[in-house]
Amino acid sequence: MGKVLVFAEQTNGKLKRSSIELLQAAAKSGNTVVAVTFGSHAGDVTAAIGHNGASEVHVVKDGALDSYNPESYTANVVAIVNKVQPSIILASASSTGKDLFPRVAARLNTGVASDCTQLTISGDNVTAVKPMYSGKAFATVNFENSPIKIVLMRANQLPVEAADTSKTANVVENTNAATDLKTLIKEIVKGASEKLDLTEANIIVSGGRGLKEAANFKMLNDLADVLGATVGATRAVVDAGWVGHGMQVGQTGKTVAPTLYIAVGISGAIQHLAGMGSSKVIVAINNDANAPIFQKATYGIVGDAFDIVPKLTEEFKKALHH
Amino acid sequence: MKIFVCIKQVPDTETKIKISPDQTGIDTAGIKWVMNPYDEYAVEEANKLRDANPGAQVWVLSAGPKARVVESLRTALAMGADEAIVINGEGLDNFSTAKALAEVIKAEGGMKIIFTGKLAIDDNASSVSQMMAEFLNVPHTTVVSKFAFNGENVTVERDVEGGAKEVVQMMTPAVVGANKGLNMPRYASLPGIMKAKKKVIKEIEFSSLNIPATDIKVKYSGMTLPADKPAVKMLSGDSSAQAAELVKLLRDEAKVL
Repeated sequence: MGKVLVFAEQTNGKLKRSSIELLQAAAKSGNTVVAVTFGSHAGDVTAAIGHNGASEVHVVKDGALDSYNPESYTANVVAIVNKVQPSIILASASSTGKDLFPRVAARLNTGVASDCTQLTISGDNVTAVKPMYSGKAFATVNFENSPIKIVLMRANQLPVEAADTSKTANVVENTNAATDLKTLIKEIVKGASEKLDLTEANIIVSGGRGLKEAANFKMLNDLADVLGATVGATRAVVDAGWVGHGMQVGQTGKTVAPTLYIAVGISGAIQHLAGMGSSKVIVAINNDANAPIFQKATYGIVGDAFDIVPKLTEEFKKALHH
Repeated sequence: MKIFVCIKQVPDTETKIKISPDQTGIDTAGIKWVMNPYDEYAVEEANKLRDANPGAQVWVLSAGPKARVVESLRTALAMGADEAIVINGEGLDNFSTAKALAEVIKAEGGMKIIFTGKLAIDDNASSVSQMMAEFLNVPHTTVVSKFAFNGENVTVERDVEGGAKEVVQMMTPAVVGANKGLNMPRYASLPGIMKAKKKVIKEIEFSSLNIPATDIKVKYSGMTLPADKPAVKMLSGDSSAQAAELVKLLRDEAKVL
């Protein structure tokens, strides 16, 4: 058995669900699990990291690492990898993971498999499966000439069990390894939404042109609030300026994989299906019975969204809050 | 000033995908190839930067089988790029592609800014720009929707989770991965297309770059089509009945509530 290094991400001192997925998967493999986490909140998540299966956690508690910088993060990850000597590295295919680990892989002269949806760890070996061609095919990724196998997993792909609070991790403090940065993060402009990002959301309520105008997204927001969901949109709606590009699901927007995707007034262009096709359960609500979205859907309702969505919101309220 | 743009040729989204018999890739017969959509934003931004900087030149690069990849390079030339280079090679992965692009850019010299798309829609890997930046030992930012250059440094806006943005300043040379929203790519004009047809595209053999075989790090196997979905269950009755039925199914059958 070898060592699996998990890159643990947190939001304001709370360990992300996607990182919990990776810690638990690594622990189940029987390997020694070592985690790494950065920033002034690093100390806040070490307990949770231990509860979810890591026996050791490397922290760099430097406020300079509070926001992601490719150069400083690469330097620090590589320094810790050189100390820990893992055979596998797991990270989320998040904004940070996808930006950071290709650079880390290049520096470590090793391979990286990004945007994976299945993970099997057997000893020092790891097999990952990833969607290709916008989900129109799936491929198994084989590492070659890779001393360390780096796998970046999409969120919500692996099961999460209750944390075991009797388990703890040994905390190892490291100093910031970065020097002479050519990249400077000048400002972070907060997003409008406090909700989970589409790529991490477990439930998504998405709207298309069938909603007729921007103001009608309120109806989706109401439904999303009841479900604890994040609101998405199609390209047509984004291009029309009804909502921001950050909400676009599809080929030139975000690739999502929630447990439940509710598509309202979305006909189902192939570019949209490319972004949401791997959702576990898909509900389509559309007044056109021939809309292509119904071919992808688990459950379909042909009808007027303005009639059905408010009724659904009421039904969910009853079902979830009694 | 040399501005480089790295592009990839990918199957058009509408193309039907068939798996090759050995399951390591796709059957390329009948595939319609196009420039990766995000690379169009990269080409456009390079053209805009060139237009604002007299004497600057846009060099567009692509690695892959020469015979077809030159078509996407000609599209970039027709959009306004000045020069094009094809790195002829097959079976390259993200690591070896990034290394080849970095080697060629180093050899051509004088790079100031290198644009790429944020990812290619075929393997969705978003890794070549970052790896290339590392091999060139220069900074990079990906998922960029705003770009400015003051002659020395670049300032970009990077889209991150939850609709948040990071404002990032980088010393040049630097690598910039373009996202949708950066600009509106221009269409190739007819004179542009005619001019592009006459351009000589420089050819470099991947094998001449002295990149070891051990720089192929990732290979694909067992490629399969997605499993057929069970047929959709259409709900009947009036809207109230449909709403009630859906909630019941999501809770009791699909168990997602």
